[in-house]
Amino acid sequence: MGGYVLRRVLQSLLILLGISFLTFILLYLIPADPARQIAGRSATAQTVENIREQLGLNLPFYQQYFRYLTGLLQGDLGRSYLQKTEVGELIRSRLPATLLLMAGAIICELAIGLTMGIVAALRRNTATDTSLMVLSFVGVSSPQFVIGILLLYVFSVQLGWFPIGGYGTFRHMVLPSLTLGLLGAGWYSRMMRSSMIDVLRQDFIRTARAKGLKRWQVLFGHAMPNALLPVIAMIGIDIGLFMSGIVVVESVFGWPGIGQLAWQAIQRVDIPIIMGVTLVSAFAIVLGNFLADLIVPLIDPRIKLR
Amino acid sequence: MNRTLLAGAAALLAATALTPAQADDIKQGGSMIVTYKDDVSTLDPAIGYDWQNWSMIKSLFDGLMDYEPGTTNLMNDLAEDYTISDDGKVFTFKLREGVKFHNGRELTAEDVKYSLDRVTNPETQSPGAGFFGSIKGFDAVAAGDADSLEGVTVVDPYTVKIELSRPDATFLHVMAINFSSIVPKEAVEEWGADFGKHPVGSGAFSLEEWTLGQRLVFKRNDDYWRAGVPKLDEITFEVGQEPIVALLRLQRGEADIPGDGIPPAKFLEVAEDPQYKDLIIEGGQLHTGYVTMNVKMPPFDKPEVRKAVNMAINKDRIVRIINGRAVPANQPLPPTMPGYDTNYEGYAYDPEAAKALLAEAGVGDGFETELYVYNTDPNPRIAQAIQADLAAIGIKAEIKALAQANVIAAGGEPDQAPMIWSGGMAWIADFPDPSNFYGPILGCAGAVKGGWNWSWYCNEELDALATAADSMTDPSQKAEREEAWRKIFIAVMDDAAWAPVFHEQRFTMRSERLGGPDAIFVDPVHIPVNYDYVWAKDVQ
Repeated sequence: MGGYVLRRVLQSLLILLGISFLTFILLYLIPADPARQIAGRSATAQTVENIREQLGLNLPFYQQYFRYLTGLLQGDLGRSYLQKTEVGELIRSRLPATLLLMAGAIICELAIGLTMGIVAALRRNTATDTSLMVLSFVGVSSPQFVIGILLLYVFSVQLGWFPIGGYGTFRHMVLPSLTLGLLGAGWYSRMMRSSMIDVLRQDFIRTARAKGLKRWQVLFGHAMPNALLPVIAMIGIDIGLFMSGIVVVESVFGWPGIGQLAWQAIQRVDIPIIMGVTLVSAFAIVLGNFLADLIVPLIDPRIKLR
Repeated sequence: MNRTLLAGAAALLAATALTPAQADDIKQGGSMIVTYKDDVSTLDPAIGYDWQNWSMIKSLFDGLMDYEPGTTNLMNDLAEDYTISDDGKVFTFKLREGVKFHNGRELTAEDVKYSLDRVTNPETQSPGAGFFGSIKGFDAVAAGDADSLEGVTVVDPYTVKIELSRPDATFLHVMAINFSSIVPKEAVEEWGADFGKHPVGSGAFSLEEWTLGQRLVFKRNDDYWRAGVPKLDEITFEVGQEPIVALLRLQRGEADIPGDGIPPAKFLEVAEDPQYKDLIIEGGQLHTGYVTMNVKMPPFDKPEVRKAVNMAINKDRIVRIINGRAVPANQPLPPTMPGYDTNYEGYAYDPEAAKALLAEAGVGDGFETELYVYNTDPNPRIAQAIQADLAAIGIKAEIKALAQANVIAAGGEPDQAPMIWSGGMAWIADFPDPSNFYGPILGCAGAVKGGWNWSWYCNEELDALATAADSMTDPSQKAEREEAWRKIFIAVMDDAAWAPVFHEQRFTMRSERLGGPDAIFVDPVHIPVNYDYVWAKDVQ
């Protein structure tokens, strides 16, 4: 176990280093001149040159990358070109909102996805099953900006049940969480359905029924824990899905998280922010996968990590 | 044209209506909510240079000069009075006494000197440093050889003398732009690079709260020296809201002003709704949208080809594409700018004559070229209309839709972008003076690598005329100076360095609970809204 963890940590660090290198190259190749961008349209050539020198933008590529890495090791993500603020602070100030949204989305996808999956499994091959599975298919395949705008239009604009975007109260959270969670709910319902059907066929379920346990006792005490296993492994991977989802969902709902930060930075080619958000998301995804791998053997002792 | 004149007339009327006697009748108090899409970048007046923070900075800080609300007329701000020497090279400003910064300290002439030294210091990285080029000693400071401007001297605590190295008729305007706002040294040194997040000025409002990515709260400066200003107790700026969401919230009474304006997609719907019709405010802008033709890249080196492009573009149709939110242009200057030539007719839409001109230039069979354009709506659609117009006279233009920074970078190279549609990046004047529409975008100084003169048009004769015009500093020469500028811009059109397409009109909305003259909601200088003079009806 210890050796496995160490190996995975080293592996993860290498992945992150690779990602930082690739992102840096890509952003370096963009034909926009950051010094000119900071200087603005009225600047003299002298001003532009001064800025270039002060930021080290006149250095060769490998030196710039090395400077960035050195800063990174000291926890310094640089200063935004246009926001004029430490990137670390920008991300830190927006992280709570994003984590909250992700928590809401996980609750939504588990609640909706698992319920749909279980009901579909119990009503296998009926009209209920079919319609639930069609619904889950819609959830999986609809683009999030469409779902988001639809929910916003129906529940906020027309019915007035929820605020039109924004952040602060529980009511602000419902629609964005739902939008972000629906995609996952679609996946979970399909996985839960097949996993449940699989488990219900097993001998120990028949034994449990035979020894006189109630139907709900069998379902929640024996079938669910076993059916949940493959689903849990998914939650770690979910973080990757969320990371792409938050950019869209946060922009639609005006949610002040790092997805919105990334979107604004991309539109304005604010390279330090794009770089910072990419690294933080990569870190989250790597961490998510890592944790998912660690959790599975705790739930299922049959799986051993080597 | 008519609409612009009307809007201009309305602005004038509104401004005269805001005489102090009447303004005093309005009770102070109340609050409003203004929404924006992007987070505010910085509130440091030496750095801030965008749509959102421009007017916020004006509310937090004061400079020596300002403009009458809703107009382009200069008025004294922190300067109680000023004198200009006969040669136009020495400005002596007398400061108001008793003006206090938000930290309670009195503002003196030392602060004026410090602020000008700071904004021109290369370490500050101010995008506006170049505006101060006429102050004596600027070159030494810009090069890092001096810490202080030789031309700025503190005569006594309430008098500051500014010497120029050359006569500069625009200097009072320069003293009115945000970059010359007065900042207190101790606060700048305390916060360093983060001064823009913790601004301390002497303006009508002070910053009360800033939650990154969410909201800013401005609180009324009770000690503000101008009596009866500002009207509101508090302004909340909510950021991160798409314009369409902002509009919906306004319609539901949750917000008062959509800072980014009415989104184009919703424009017709709102404009035709009787419920909202009266809440929409239209105003002119010191803006021109144009197509540049790089005179260094054949065949645009031939004036006939550039004229042909001018004649080929159907400007009326392009104005229709953007739902009439603009007026067609025939010259670089916008109609509300001094020096605009109302008699000039420009190049009329005439594809046949355009074809004849192409034949004259030896490219009668047409040619292939590229049209660079900023990739956000409506710019690609406008580019397509231009593409179709050009195709009609045999010019095959391939559209290159790119991110803003990339188009700007391409324009700043001598051999990269043969044509650029300026939309979304186009020139909005920094101050209401014609010279601001020449130097950086049509003069030789802008035709350098990384410059904004994307036509690379450089006419030394016109440059000399421009310098001469800006040397007419005597107020009695105002008309003569305007005439000089008028001739310069018409000469630019004779060479057809640009194809001017339209002047954008600005449309915004206010909630029913807000009062104030229409002109301050589309203020030509306090862009987008002059917050200091907005009042709340619910406290009257």
